[in-house]
Amino acid sequence: MTNTIPPDARRWHDMGGDPAGPVPQDQHDFSLWEKRVDALMVIGSSTGHFTVDGLRRVLEDMGPDAFDRLTYYERWIAAINQNLIESGVYTTHDLAVKMAQITARGDTYGTATTPPTTP
Amino acid sequence: MTRVRVHTYMPPGHVRTPAYLRGKTGVIERALGPFPNPETLAYGLPGARTDLYRVRFTMAEVWGDMAETPTDTLDAEIFGHWLERLD
Amino acid sequence: MPHDHHDHDHLSPSGHPYRADDDTPLTYWQTLEIAVRELLIDKGVTTAATIARQIDVMDARSPANGAAVVARAWTDPAFKSRLLTDASMASRDMGFDIGPLRLIAVENTAQIHNIIVCTLCSCYPRNLLGLPPDWYKSRAYRSRTVREPRAVLAEFGVTLGADVTIRVHDSTADMRYIVLPARPAGTDGMDAAALAGLVTRDCMIGTGLPLAP
Repeated sequence: MTNTIPPDARRWHDMGGDPAGPVPQDQHDFSLWEKRVDALMVIGSSTGHFTVDGLRRVLEDMGPDAFDRLTYYERWIAAINQNLIESGVYTTHDLAVKMAQITARGDTYGTATTPPTTP
Repeated sequence: MTRVRVHTYMPPGHVRTPAYLRGKTGVIERALGPFPNPETLAYGLPGARTDLYRVRFTMAEVWGDMAETPTDTLDAEIFGHWLERLD
Repeated sequence: MPHDHHDHDHLSPSGHPYRADDDTPLTYWQTLEIAVRELLIDKGVTTAATIARQIDVMDARSPANGAAVVARAWTDPAFKSRLLTDASMASRDMGFDIGPLRLIAVENTAQIHNIIVCTLCSCYPRNLLGLPPDWYKSRAYRSRTVREPRAVLAEFGVTLGADVTIRVHDSTADMRYIVLPARPAGTDGMDAAALAGLVTRDCMIGTGLPLAP
C-alpha cells in the first residue's frame, strides 16, 4: 500500500523531506529584546501558564506566511502572547492599553522600554 | 527488534509524528517510557502519560528510490498510539 | 518615569554588547514584547529581577558545557558509559543543571556518523549547549537533513566515506540529543581541558567534526 498523503492535509511546518535551497550560514547575534522573549517563554511555561506544546500549536496555526514574513522571535512573542490570553493572564484590552502606553513613550526600543527596577 | 509501522492517519491539529514517516515501517530502537501527550497539552488540556518510542527507519524505507544512501538511517520519537506492531 | 541613562543592560553578561537595538525604530513585535513583559510583572506572574536572572542563566549555557562533557567522555571510560546510558544524569553529575530535559548522547565511530535535526520546529539541547544557531532553525536544514544528510554535510565542509553509515535523529518529542564525536587522532596525552578546546558546537550537532590538535 503506497503512502499517499493528500497535499492539502499536510501542515506547512511538517517540512521534513521538502526540497529546499542551501542551508543559510549567516548568523545574527541575539538582541536584548530577543533574549527577553526567550526568558518569557521559559518563565511562562515554568509557572504553568502555558506549555511548549501550546506555543508550537499556535506557531503551526499561524500558517506558512508567518515563517517567511516574521523572524523567529517575532513569531515566538506572538505565540507567547496568544497562549497568555488563552490562559487568562491578561485580556486583549489590557494588552491594547499597554501597547498604546509603550508606543507613547518613544520611537526606539531603548526609549520605549521601562528601565529595569533595581532588585 | 520489534517491527512497527506508523499509521497513515492524517488528522488536523497538533501532532508530533512527521508526515514523511507516516505509513513507514521501522524497528523500535528503544522504549523511552511514558510522556504527557503533546496532542492534548497543545490545547491547554492535561496530557495523559503515553508511551514514547525511538523508532529507526532505513532511508530506503523512507525515501525509496530517492534515498541518497539507502542504508543510512533515520531515528524519530513516535508515540505508541501512532504505531502498529507487526511482530 | 525617569529614564536611566546608565542602563546596565547595554552589556550582556559575557561582556559583549547585545546587538544594537536601542536606537533602531521600535517595531510592533518589540512593543508586544515590552507589553507582555510588563503585564506579566503587573499581574504578579514574575518580576524584572527574575527575567534578568533567566537571561543570565541562559547566557551561561554555551557549547563550552557540551565540550566539557565530551572531553570527559573521551578521557574517562566509566563516564562515557554513563553518558551513553543516561546523558541527563551524566551531565548533572558534572554540575550542569539541565532541568527536566531528557538528553540522549549518540556516539560517532569510524563506521557511524550522527546528525541531529528537528523537522517540526527547532528542538535543541539548549539547556546544555545554549541557544541554537540560526541555520539549525532554517527551512533548508529542517527539510533537507532527513532526506539528503550527505549533501547537507558537504555544505558544512564534511565529507564521509561510503563505508560510513549516517544516522539522522529527528527530535520529534521529549528527547534532546548531543552527538559524542570520535576523539581525534594525535591527541594522546592531552588532558580533558585541552581536549575540550577541540570540541566545536557543530560537532555536537553533527554538522562538523572536532578540530585537529
